[in-house]
Amino acid sequence: MDKEEKKVNRRDFLFTASYTVGAVGLGAVAWPLVHQMNPDKAQQALATTEVDISQIEPGKSITVLWRGKPVFLRRRTKEEIAEARSVSLNDLPDPQKDEERVKEGKDEWLVMVGVCTHLGCVPLKNKGDYKGWFCPCHGSHYDLSGRIRKGPAPTNMEIPKFEFVDNNTIKIG
Amino acid sequence: MSDQEYTPKSKAGKWFNDRLPLLTLGSHLSDYPTPKNLNYWWTFGGILTFCLLTQIITGIVLAMHYVAHADLAFASVEHIMRNVNYGWLIRYIHSNGASMFFLAVYIHIFRSMFYGSYKSPREVIWIIGLLIYLLMMATAFMGYVLPWGQMSFWGATVITSLFSAIPLIGESITTWLWGAYSVDNPTLNRFFSLHYLFPFLISGLVILHIWALHVPGNNNPIGIDLKKPSKDTVPFHPYITIKDAFALLLFMIIFSGFVFFSPNVLGHSDNYIPANPLVTPAHIVPEWYLLPFYAILRSVPDKLGGVILMFGSIFILFVLPWLDTSKVRSAVFRPMYRYFYWIFVIDVLLLGYMGAMPAEGIYLALARIGTIYYFLHFIVVLPVVGLLEKTDPVPMSISAPVLSSGADPALAKKDYDKI
Amino acid sequence: MIRFNSKRLIIVILTTLIFIKPLFSAESIDPIKVNWSFKELTGKFDRASLQRGFQVYKEVCASCHSMQYLSYRNLGEPGGPEFTLEEVKAIAASVEIEDGPDSQGEMFTRPGKPSDKFKSPYPNVEASTAANGGAYPPDMSVLVKARPGGADYMYSVLMGYEEPPAGMKLDDGVYYNKYMIGQKIKMASPLSEGIVEYSDGTEATMDQMAKDVTTFLAWAAEPELEERHRVGFKVIIYLMLLTILVYLSMKKIWSRVDSEI
Repeated sequence: MDKEEKKVNRRDFLFTASYTVGAVGLGAVAWPLVHQMNPDKAQQALATTEVDISQIEPGKSITVLWRGKPVFLRRRTKEEIAEARSVSLNDLPDPQKDEERVKEGKDEWLVMVGVCTHLGCVPLKNKGDYKGWFCPCHGSHYDLSGRIRKGPAPTNMEIPKFEFVDNNTIKIG
Repeated sequence: MSDQEYTPKSKAGKWFNDRLPLLTLGSHLSDYPTPKNLNYWWTFGGILTFCLLTQIITGIVLAMHYVAHADLAFASVEHIMRNVNYGWLIRYIHSNGASMFFLAVYIHIFRSMFYGSYKSPREVIWIIGLLIYLLMMATAFMGYVLPWGQMSFWGATVITSLFSAIPLIGESITTWLWGAYSVDNPTLNRFFSLHYLFPFLISGLVILHIWALHVPGNNNPIGIDLKKPSKDTVPFHPYITIKDAFALLLFMIIFSGFVFFSPNVLGHSDNYIPANPLVTPAHIVPEWYLLPFYAILRSVPDKLGGVILMFGSIFILFVLPWLDTSKVRSAVFRPMYRYFYWIFVIDVLLLGYMGAMPAEGIYLALARIGTIYYFLHFIVVLPVVGLLEKTDPVPMSISAPVLSSGADPALAKKDYDKI
Repeated sequence: MIRFNSKRLIIVILTTLIFIKPLFSAESIDPIKVNWSFKELTGKFDRASLQRGFQVYKEVCASCHSMQYLSYRNLGEPGGPEFTLEEVKAIAASVEIEDGPDSQGEMFTRPGKPSDKFKSPYPNVEASTAANGGAYPPDMSVLVKARPGGADYMYSVLMGYEEPPAGMKLDDGVYYNKYMIGQKIKMASPLSEGIVEYSDGTEATMDQMAKDVTTFLAWAAEPELEERHRVGFKVIIYLMLLTILVYLSMKKIWSRVDSEI
């Protein structure tokens, strides 16, 4: 009786071991098939972009392409900054202070992903009721800090990860 | 199809099975009575299924990154190799997988020819198998064009130009195939589309192939008919599944050897030169698995004659069940046929070798001899040998011991497996 | 009647395969065999050699031969020359890359970035051919894979320039090379003793430069080689392990049946 049991156990162990090792192999095979759909090395290399901002006058903005999307870089005048900061948070559908949307000591520079947070159209600059941007698709209005003020968009325009490489260059991403 | 009623264990299983009897099908496949004396030459059907799945999966993944345009194709393949995560691995599996697929299919076909698996009542299985083989060759041919290297382009030019040999309508057909006035971007585009399609046609035929097989059941090394189930059969699972798994693993080790350590040895270096319509390579050769047919094609000085013989060499296989007149199925008991079988194998290998050589001098002479003998084997040897040969006595069953009175003791169970 | 069995067949097949080796007509002699560090199953590239080879490519070859499928960032990625990020940025920035169009619709040039592809010396194949006496200097991204003999062939051609045999007449711009397919080549010997001053101080002999630049070209054609060998090793060990387990399982299962396997 004992010997029979031992035999069964050893047989089960062998089969269990085979199945387990086999399953590990299947997992190992599955990974490359899944991972190949992730951004490839060429895409990853373009994940950051450096922008020369030395030619932008106060009150002007440029648009650059980053990861396939438009990014607005606007150099705001002192008046525009003051106006953006004078807004009460209660008036904002997505409350956020202007100071939180810019880098300390570089308040003039507003860097944001130029994609309307409603359904993805590109808002037009210097338009709308709040002197910022206006999205023609469904009528969202953004202010001089890129925050949503009126219209169907739920959140403020996204601020991407960015940093000042030096006074003339911003690296996005 | 199945003899007993299968009842699923769970209620949900029963509910589903009543509406779509997949579980019944699964149980039929699992319990399927299989001859217990099958040797390793019978594992290649399972291996071929693995190859088909591998090619489809890696192919679909490659198609996510490949660009089928003459200006971009070569570059897109390099993009896959260099930038796509594990792109090099998926590409090399696909390209070497094609070679492994053909290696397995040739062993599978030659197994059938040795053991008489094409003979009644399995003629339709054999014919469906040949249709699968034809589709495989078409798929592989078009797939090889896609990287748009020198061999891709010129191989496509040579083979599509063959159609112009057809009298009267040949030129129009060739232009229609090309979609242009030579192999060009339209050709590449349509080859990509069809290359994606054909494996699914192959999959459908494979299902028919297995279905047709399950009617009479598997052949076996001694070629006798078996009652199913009996003491001469075992259920497919776990006996055959585990044996197929073992054989498949050995196959995968060889496959991995190529993919990881010698991924270009079966290919042609010229295909790493981007296609150039103004420069013809010194020697245009197809991939190794098409070489015997290439040799036959070039044996005939007349273009149309070469085309006819090349296609003829495949079509003659379709009537093999009727050309072979022997009443005995397995070559194990056919000593004269065995002799000619091995000569045929060597003939095919010879033709393959000649296909890689320039079509001149001794190479051309040998290719011609090989071609003539190829057709002689089917048209003369098979019918005559079947009628003339004295076959060895065939056992009554697998488990039965050596036949008494007059039987050759060398036919005891142990020996016939060694042949 | 000869009784054929599997063993004899295998011998016949193997003998046949051995003679398959000369797959091309003998217009070229066998290349010099070199013991490349990347050749065996566990082969790796020599980093220092790759860096020197890149220097040779840049200073000697790049003025005529493009390498359009490589990007500057490849020079810093694992498995290759593995320059530092700073070195890669500097190499890229040392070339002017065409970009654009700008908002006026004009193309402009800017210093290179690691993400840029290697700059080609000519805008297209036709310009390259015209500028080189009607002979196109092939792109070298996959050249090592595009020639039978691979790295051995590449090295042999670089070292194979000699005086032509007596009586052979060569046209203008055509040179004799012992290992080139056809023995004639439209490129003058690109290497000569000391033509490059290696930044790591190695003596720049012909042989050294030929080996270094060939190593670099071999990597350029197969940057995945080291990873491929590494993964391959693991895969085959795994498969062997699983084969043993499955084999034992098979024996166990079949022991229930009174038959041979």
